Amino acid sequence: MKLPPFQALLDEHSTDLYRFCVATAGWGEADDCFQETWIAALRAYPKLRRADNLRAWLFRIAQNKAIDLHRSRGRRPVPVEAVAEMAAAESEAPVLDGQPELWAAVRDLPPKQRTAVFCRTVLGMPYDELAELLESTEDAARHNVFEGLKKLREEWTA
Amino acid sequence: MNEDIETALREAAATLPSAAALDLQRVAGEGLLDVAYATVDSPLGPLVVAATPRGLVRLAYTGSRDEGEVVEDLAGKLSPRILEAPERLDDVRRELDEYFDGRRVDFEVPIDWSLTHGFTGKVLRQTARIGYGKTSTYAEVAGRAGSPRAVRAAGNALGSNPIPVVVPCHRVLRTGGALGGYTGGVERKEFLLRLEGVLA
Repeated sequence: MKLPPFQALLDEHSTDLYRFCVATAGWGEADDCFQETWIAALRAYPKLRRADNLRAWLFRIAQNKAIDLHRSRGRRPVPVEAVAEMAAAESEAPVLDGQPELWAAVRDLPPKQRTAVFCRTVLGMPYDELAELLESTEDAARHNVFEGLKKLREEWTA
Repeated sequence: MNEDIETALREAAATLPSAAALDLQRVAGEGLLDVAYATVDSPLGPLVVAATPRGLVRLAYTGSRDEGEVVEDLAGKLSPRILEAPERLDDVRRELDEYFDGRRVDFEVPIDWSLTHGFTGKVLRQTARIGYGKTSTYAEVAGRAGSPRAVRAAGNALGSNPIPVVVPCHRVLRTGGALGGYTGGVERKEFLLRLEGVLA
């Protein structure tokens, strides 16, 4: 089985992956999500059996890292200064992308819908690839995109 | 807001920051950087250099092959965990700079011989012992590698040298003094021999 050089993956997907981390894990966790995803991917890479859908594989890892980070952040006690830092990071967000409320709404979606909405609308991922990422059927992938967008539209137009 | 949500998402995503770099020090620290590579400028054109944790494993002239082909070849032969990591090749770059400047006669960076096997490996290890400004012949290195009659095989071994310059196959000539061939083209061999004062 011939795997492409890992550097090729990094060159091709770094930008999208970082944006995915910001959108789904949040500003405060994006860097950790990004680094942890690549480390986990590097660890597993030589043992991969298939090289035909590396993007779906990579973003599935990222989705799981984002969920883990979210959970551990929720559980561990956060020192007061860190809270202030996080608040500062969040309040810087509008300057950086102009739509922090939109990403906050995306992060309020259930994980699969969050991933589905981002990968479909922002990356233009085909449904068969999205299904592989979500480890679901194509119908389920479509449903996740549809439901996610519906909720966002309700919030966004409210 | 009447703007459609999908357009809003796409537009907002395009303005998200993208300037994130993988922490290569951490990758190496966790033992996940099997092969590091970089491009080094030289008087012979850009060189692709690659190292494993054991040492310098490849030096490739570019021109006939591009960097991408060299990297893909290494991914197949050594490990797909190959990353561009110039800091990992700082010592190699410095020694090459000094060599091409005429300020270095010996390379000290460790060598990883993983890309050589059998007789080729023996011939190249013998070649590595030929000193700066000295020359040998195909027949001599064949003999020192244990097969005095395998002159042609020695020539092939030198032609497949994965680490030219540092493993100085340019110092091996034909019996009688003709230059013979060279991995990077005979003009490069001439350049190196002139640099070392062998040719006027």
